[in-house]
Amino acid sequence: MTVVKDSGVRATLPPFGEEHEELRETVRRFVAAEIAPNVDEWEAAREFPRELYGRCAELGFLGLKFPEEYGGQGGTHLHDAIWVEELARSGGSGGVAAGLNAHASIALPPIFNFGTEEQKRRWLVPGIAGEKIGALGITEPGAGSDVAGISTFAERVDGGYLVNGSKTFITNGVRADFLVCAVQTTKEGGHGGISFLVLEREMTGYEVAQKLEKMGWHSSDTGELAFTDVEVPAENLLGEENEGFKLIMANFAWERLLMAIGAVGAMQRLIEISVAYANEREAFGRPIGKFQAIRHQIAEMATKAEASRALTYNALRLFHEGHDCIKDVTMAKLITQRAVLEIADEALQIHGGYGYMREYGIERAVRDARLGPIGGGTDEVMKEILGKLMGL
Amino acid sequence: MATATNGSKVIKPDHDAGRKHFIFSQEHEDLRDSMRAWVQKEMWPYRNEWEDSYWPTEVMKRAGELGFLGLCFPEEYGGQGGDYYYSLVRAECMSYSGSGGTNMGFAVQSDMVLPPIHLLGSEEQKQRYLVPGIKGEKVGCLGITEPGAGSDVAGIRTTAIRDGDEYVINGSKTFITNGPRADFIVLVAKTDPEARHEGITLFVIDLRDEQGEKVAGFNVSAELEKMGMHASDTGELAFEDVRVPAGSVLGEVGKGFYHIAWELQGERLVAAAGSHAGCERMIEKTLEYAKEREAFGRPIGKFQAIRHKFAEMATKTEAAKQFTYATAWRFANGEYPVREITMAKLFASRVGCEVADECIQILGGYGYMKEYEIERAYRDVRLNRIGAGTDEVMLDVIGKSYGL
Repeated sequence: MTVVKDSGVRATLPPFGEEHEELRETVRRFVAAEIAPNVDEWEAAREFPRELYGRCAELGFLGLKFPEEYGGQGGTHLHDAIWVEELARSGGSGGVAAGLNAHASIALPPIFNFGTEEQKRRWLVPGIAGEKIGALGITEPGAGSDVAGISTFAERVDGGYLVNGSKTFITNGVRADFLVCAVQTTKEGGHGGISFLVLEREMTGYEVAQKLEKMGWHSSDTGELAFTDVEVPAENLLGEENEGFKLIMANFAWERLLMAIGAVGAMQRLIEISVAYANEREAFGRPIGKFQAIRHQIAEMATKAEASRALTYNALRLFHEGHDCIKDVTMAKLITQRAVLEIADEALQIHGGYGYMREYGIERAVRDARLGPIGGGTDEVMKEILGKLMGL
Repeated sequence: MATATNGSKVIKPDHDAGRKHFIFSQEHEDLRDSMRAWVQKEMWPYRNEWEDSYWPTEVMKRAGELGFLGLCFPEEYGGQGGDYYYSLVRAECMSYSGSGGTNMGFAVQSDMVLPPIHLLGSEEQKQRYLVPGIKGEKVGCLGITEPGAGSDVAGIRTTAIRDGDEYVINGSKTFITNGPRADFIVLVAKTDPEARHEGITLFVIDLRDEQGEKVAGFNVSAELEKMGMHASDTGELAFEDVRVPAGSVLGEVGKGFYHIAWELQGERLVAAAGSHAGCERMIEKTLEYAKEREAFGRPIGKFQAIRHKFAEMATKTEAAKQFTYATAWRFANGEYPVREITMAKLFASRVGCEVADECIQILGGYGYMKEYEIERAYRDVRLNRIGAGTDEVMLDVIGKSYGL
């Protein structure tokens, strides 16, 4: 028996396979060449250029999971997952990822899943082409996690609806050409009274009230929108009237899974950066990574990251295979968002003063990661879901 | 991302499969059902008794008869010829015994002592130890740790000095699970006391003769009292001029350290599986309590503080489980993923301790009482962060894998 050594070679962990490696490599090269070098500038500008959508569309990244007849690549959710993971891993900032994905992975899927053929032609096709930018509007100043509490109201009028109300924390809200918007369509409100309308920015009474300043995600635009007697034609109703809650639930699973996958990519990046720094930076006569405290810190970070990956990939596999996966997705969202925040903070600690300086991008990672336990449903909401699934 | 060179052998997920994890087939699930039923019927009712008496050796014989000790060994030695995943199923099923000590005694036999004999042993050694070990007729133990050397294996002092056709063994081993009752031992000793790693050799030797009497020069110098794992016997073993034939060497002379390093990998992954399965049992039991026990006019599980504790525990446990499964998939596919195995063991062991502590908290005063068995689980799982490599050694191994 010869001595067995870890060769370091690893097979791709399911649900991904070797057939996905090419896309992974393509995304990685693109992000490294065309996104990562510009992030600082875009952060300072508080938005990335609109042309980036066009460029991503040209490379097919916005339509990975949509059928070819709408200009998509005819892939699966796994392809979309690779795009999201590699975008985070190769140095797209939280803001860039948010802006691109709020459009392609959050605003477009409901149009594909619930839209009529005509609606798909109007918004999905130009969306995949990067010509029209979309956003999803659910949260309001007075209702976030408690979706049933929204108060934007769409009154039935001849030929359509008259919409009044406001939306806030809307990613892409400032630049969006169309907004997939949750509204109340019954006076009683509640879950059974939610519908979705597609609002367009040129509609009279549709106004971007504010571009919001945030702790992180600086390169994405976040808007507060106000609607005053906006006339929305009936053909802009997405899905059935009063059946909007279903659409919200369908979207949440994928949105949360994407957040988990993005976090997995971000964690890997933070660990790679920290390992490189710990090997290079010297203190007291040796690389700081040779001190046990730092070595153990990095081991802790990596363990957390890999446990998060295993849970997330399994949730993705179940989602992809069409199984019931609410529990798994909720757990993945909960564990990853906290893990990436902790890891970002630990990476900052390892980098010391440099970590605190803007130049290294670590402090940005911490600020970006802080949204995770809030966005897409807070940690507390995730725990409520899990508790209820356990019969509590 | 690098891909394995043996790509053709990599198992692909079966998309037609049910919700179960892709590493398990229907055969694994069948075993799970039958073994779990056996554990619930023939172990669980006796868990409290065994805390005072140790698990009876006849139960291991019974497990051997049913084929549970040889799941992953070839049929020619009396095994079932199964793949590595059967070890995980076995470890998970054992969690239904309610007895951490029993589980440990069995795991030492099937996952620590027998695998190196199967992998490294001569035909004669396999017939002498592996075959009766799989049948449960002989109980084995693994002797690594010494009073002066635990995690630092290279620092052991037990010597095996060549003398003609024999080796003469001197030294002592401690914290040896199954040690007091064992018929044989896989022993780590220095054949070159001057060397560190390169001086270490493995042996497999009898501790007792056909009549069950200890061999000349061998003694159980102490049966150790422990915080938990009371159903398991733990010994301090003394060797004084114990003479063994030269053919007792297991594997290659001077390669014992590397053999052990390999051996530890499978063991650690099985320990991780035992941890997450143990968590599932603790959560089930505590959940039942939280749904029944009322305070301030409602079941305590209906309070958000308690409900969220369950959400946290379940999430951590599921992460540990998926991590172990993913890593087992790598291991079974021929990778030697030391880093991931180490991480999985570290993560699962900690989750085990955290979950046990939270369960006690939820059960309150009852949790602290012996009757509810959670305090025992708490004491039992505490060993997981020490045994098979401490948390700190795990962190060192992981850190070093990054070149740190």
